[in-house]
Amino acid sequence: MSLTTSAPASPRKRLLENPPHWTTVLALIVLLAIIAMALFAPQLAHFEPTKLNAMMRLKPADETYWMGTDSFGRDLYSRVVYGARVSLLVGAGVAVGAIVIGLPLGLLAGWFRGLDAVLMRAMDGLMAIPGILLAIAIVALTKAGLTTVIIAIMLPEIPQVVRLVRARVLATRSETFVEAAVLLGTRPMRIIWRHLLPSTIAPLIVQGTYIYASAILTEAALSFLGVGIGTETPTWGNIMAEGRLYFAMNPWLVYWPAIVLSLCILSINLLGDALRDRLDPKMKGRS
Amino acid sequence: MLTYFLRRLLMAIPVMFFVAVFVFLLLRLTPGDPAQAIAGDQASLDQLEQIRETLGLNEPLSVQFLTWIGNMAQGDFGRSLISDRPVLEMIGQRLGPTVALALVAMGLTLIIALPMGVLAAWRHGGMTDRLVMAVSVIGFSVPIFVIGYILIGIFAVNLRWFPVQGYKALADGLWPFVHRIFLPGLALASIYIALISRMTRASMLEVLREDYVRTARAKGLPESLVLFRHALRNAAIPILTVVGTGFAMMISGVVVTETVFNIPGLGRLVVDAVLARDYPLIQAIILLTAGTYVLINLLIDLSYALTDPRIRYQ
Amino acid sequence: MTATPPVLSVRDLKVSTMGRRPAEILKGISFDIHPGETLCLVGESGSGKSVTSLVTMDLLPRGELEVTSGTAALNGEDIVTASPARTKALRGAEMAMIFQEPMTALNPVLPIGLQMDEIYKAHTRMRPAERKTAALEAFEAVSLPDPPRIYDSFPHQLSGGQRQRVMIAMALALKPKLLIADEPTTALDVTTQKQILELIRKLQEEMNTAVLFITHDMGVVVDIADRVCVMRHGEVVETGAVDQVLGAPREDYTRALLAAVPSLTPRPARAQQAPEPVLELEAVNKVFAFRPFLDKLLRRPGHRVQAVSDVSFRLDRGRTLGIVGESGSGKSTVARCVLRLEDPTSGAILVNGHDIAPLEGQTALEPARRAVQMIFQDPNRSLNPRLTTGDSLIEGALNAGEPRAEALQRAGELLEVVGLPRDALARYPHQFSGGQRQRIAIARALMMSPDVIVADEAVSALDVSVQAQVLELLAEVQAKRNLAVLFITHDLRVAAQICDDVMVMRRGEVVEFGPAGQVLAHPQHAYTRALLEAAPGRDWDFAAGRRVTEPA
Repeated sequence: MSLTTSAPASPRKRLLENPPHWTTVLALIVLLAIIAMALFAPQLAHFEPTKLNAMMRLKPADETYWMGTDSFGRDLYSRVVYGARVSLLVGAGVAVGAIVIGLPLGLLAGWFRGLDAVLMRAMDGLMAIPGILLAIAIVALTKAGLTTVIIAIMLPEIPQVVRLVRARVLATRSETFVEAAVLLGTRPMRIIWRHLLPSTIAPLIVQGTYIYASAILTEAALSFLGVGIGTETPTWGNIMAEGRLYFAMNPWLVYWPAIVLSLCILSINLLGDALRDRLDPKMKGRS
Repeated sequence: MLTYFLRRLLMAIPVMFFVAVFVFLLLRLTPGDPAQAIAGDQASLDQLEQIRETLGLNEPLSVQFLTWIGNMAQGDFGRSLISDRPVLEMIGQRLGPTVALALVAMGLTLIIALPMGVLAAWRHGGMTDRLVMAVSVIGFSVPIFVIGYILIGIFAVNLRWFPVQGYKALADGLWPFVHRIFLPGLALASIYIALISRMTRASMLEVLREDYVRTARAKGLPESLVLFRHALRNAAIPILTVVGTGFAMMISGVVVTETVFNIPGLGRLVVDAVLARDYPLIQAIILLTAGTYVLINLLIDLSYALTDPRIRYQ
Repeated sequence: MTATPPVLSVRDLKVSTMGRRPAEILKGISFDIHPGETLCLVGESGSGKSVTSLVTMDLLPRGELEVTSGTAALNGEDIVTASPARTKALRGAEMAMIFQEPMTALNPVLPIGLQMDEIYKAHTRMRPAERKTAALEAFEAVSLPDPPRIYDSFPHQLSGGQRQRVMIAMALALKPKLLIADEPTTALDVTTQKQILELIRKLQEEMNTAVLFITHDMGVVVDIADRVCVMRHGEVVETGAVDQVLGAPREDYTRALLAAVPSLTPRPARAQQAPEPVLELEAVNKVFAFRPFLDKLLRRPGHRVQAVSDVSFRLDRGRTLGIVGESGSGKSTVARCVLRLEDPTSGAILVNGHDIAPLEGQTALEPARRAVQMIFQDPNRSLNPRLTTGDSLIEGALNAGEPRAEALQRAGELLEVVGLPRDALARYPHQFSGGQRQRIAIARALMMSPDVIVADEAVSALDVSVQAQVLELLAEVQAKRNLAVLFITHDLRVAAQICDDVMVMRRGEVVEFGPAGQVLAHPQHAYTRALLEAAPGRDWDFAAGRRVTEPA
């Protein structure tokens, strides 16, 4: 009796055999560039992002002001560069926070049936409140600091994580290998840890990238509505919010931050799709 | 069928309960004095006391909650702290534009997204599929307000086909209504189109692999029947689900779109309420939209029964 | 028969997967089918028999498989080169197909009548009233009860057998020249299977249809085939009349396949030393009761299903007890109660003399769990795909406090016992075939040094040759370790070959219980007799290679 031939392929070999799509590579490059932009903002920016210059209001782009200046004469390019910091930070905070809170809740809901009904109705309730309404209410009632914004955006994302984890747990626990583990005398907590948790990791990583992207969008929307982080800290959202007042005069005040923001989200989404195809080949080409 | 409906209705009750709890706690769990948070830093002690009185903040939490629920059950959602008018009345006045905007966006979405998704799944892996996926991922990546400004920039400012901003009710005539609502409707629909076309494609891809689709082909049926009669009806449930859960996304979009296009709807009302810290108004708007969300999802659960006989005969 | 031209003539057909590294699925196969004749394509999984039928119907999955050369001619017209419009016109009218899973082959959201009507609408110019009459007549012809009711029903309202009858009615609606049946009875119970096979046979004779019948089951071949085409790895091994291929096979592979078919005649009874009971069931009942909250609120009674009623038996060390029955007989529920994966509603379950029925929780159940281990049906799902074989094997030992190194040492030894190399410890489940995975599952059960092994349809998902090897291993292990085995199966052939005692169950009740030689050779109960009569291929003696003249 011989073993079947498919030897365990190393990750590197698998990557070589099945190279990523060019859009994935491009997305990765764009995202890395934006991350670098956030990290090295002081070196890359031409001016202090908050430096006012009444003489230089609403200038078109030139060699010094790559993207022109805003209504206060601040350098748009420098503001966009610094804006990356807040956006990326908010995205990371929200994604990590939502998973850290949602994962244990999902595991418990999936395993303990009694808890499930109550917890899931609560999650339905949270989902029923439109995220942006909840977020603007929270931000409005407290001070609009970075932490508040992160919490406000994170709360509505938690039910999604809980539902995803719970669904995976329910699917996995009906597998016979879980019953086999019960028969081998494995305790519930160990079954959750060893057999159920690992099956949630791959979809969670993918979901995390989507949350990351969506959080950046929501932060921008909050800033745009005037309930986000104050304009003394530039974010892509509040740059656009200020720019829209002068949209008819110089639409680029909105377009420039919009382009960078959209490119960033687009790259994260594309990487998320690519990750999903790779981590869960069964899902390839699905939504 | 009746059992199914009752069971769903029964499940909606705890959901609404939790919504009420969250909205209630939202104010009470705010760090510091909620009255202070509402009134702002310059409020006098009298003003603070008056806010506490209006919101019943001096009572124990449980009493506050029960009074609040009781009042709402009687249709009393409270009065605005700013204008002192009943909040329900204020909401009623702003409902029209928002409902119109949401319906137009929904209509545009279904007309555009369903065929896109079906076509992409049918030609899986081909050019059409890639194009649909590209449109969808871009729809997800560009904020609604940016899409709004791009639409304004192209079609209103440059081409002058549409007015830049504003709203006219349907009662003022069909053309003025359509003329002003088309661009905001399209902007709002963009993210929804991305969502629904992706879901339609995914669901159709799944269904097209099913045995009964192979049976339909083995019977020599025309491909249109295979796709729309055999496949799409089976693919409907996940699509309907996303239409339902996407309602929350739609509301978020409405808030932004109304600001971009200067439409006097609920979205603007809520932003103004937040900026003015008009708490009873915020509370009522959140509760009512959440209630609408639950109701819409209940209706969608019922529509499952129409598409799937297995649920109907349960 | 050969004077008339063949209905279907396949010549040198080659099919490959598409993509970067194409693999050849069909490596040039040829066969003919004549009017009124049934050709059985028989082979194990991966032999390419289903792909052959999909080529013929022009239903190969787009973008995945493609015909690289060869022809498949229906009445002289090549399907491979015909236009899609042409093959669409032929499908359903000139050639039709029935699939394996009656549960999924009908569209769940459309009424049966509509799904039938479509065929007439697509291929004929019949008026609506005529179409309905024709549909009702077609339902009548396949002996469906109350055709008007069936016409208005949805698929979920019919039983599996009824659905397969609907499929047959649809396939034969326009009297096609060729009927392709892809494992049409595999998902059905034996008694239903027998009726469906008889129905296909009868309609075929009436309409002089040529039938391409795909199966893995040699018993079914005996019952339905005129000629047989044995396939393996995409090649035809041997073709010929059924009596010739089964009676005097020319190829080794065919001989091996036939030899692996277990005989229906029970093996001679084994001598038993001093009986020592390890597992005893006393009047075990299991009732599944559902009473949702809503029903309580409306004071309505919930649903109650008596899955097991009053089952008692005794299993001695070293013996094998088979529980046989069709789906819904409660045989698996008995097994799950024994393992306490389900809680029995009443009765006693004695493991080594201790009643485990009232025990609660992993700690209390631990000794019993060590003593009774299980081998599941589907080896693809019973091993965690993310754990190495070694980690899967030692899980129970670690729970019991055995040091890891010691456990791994034992696991390695056990792997050799079940016929796998020791280095398999470091590999993952997907690197093994189904049969190998079932060996690992056996090793995992043995790691616990159990007294009883419960095998729930443990070989049903395996190809017949692999099935024989796994059964052999099980018998070997049982003999060496003096194990008691509770063997749950729907397959009377398997039961006849490995069981000392047999218990026949139907709808939760024990119908007949006794030594295998008695129950299977001289059944007392009418149901047992019906089961035995329905066993496919019962009038062929696979060991002797000839038809049985006297019923066993």
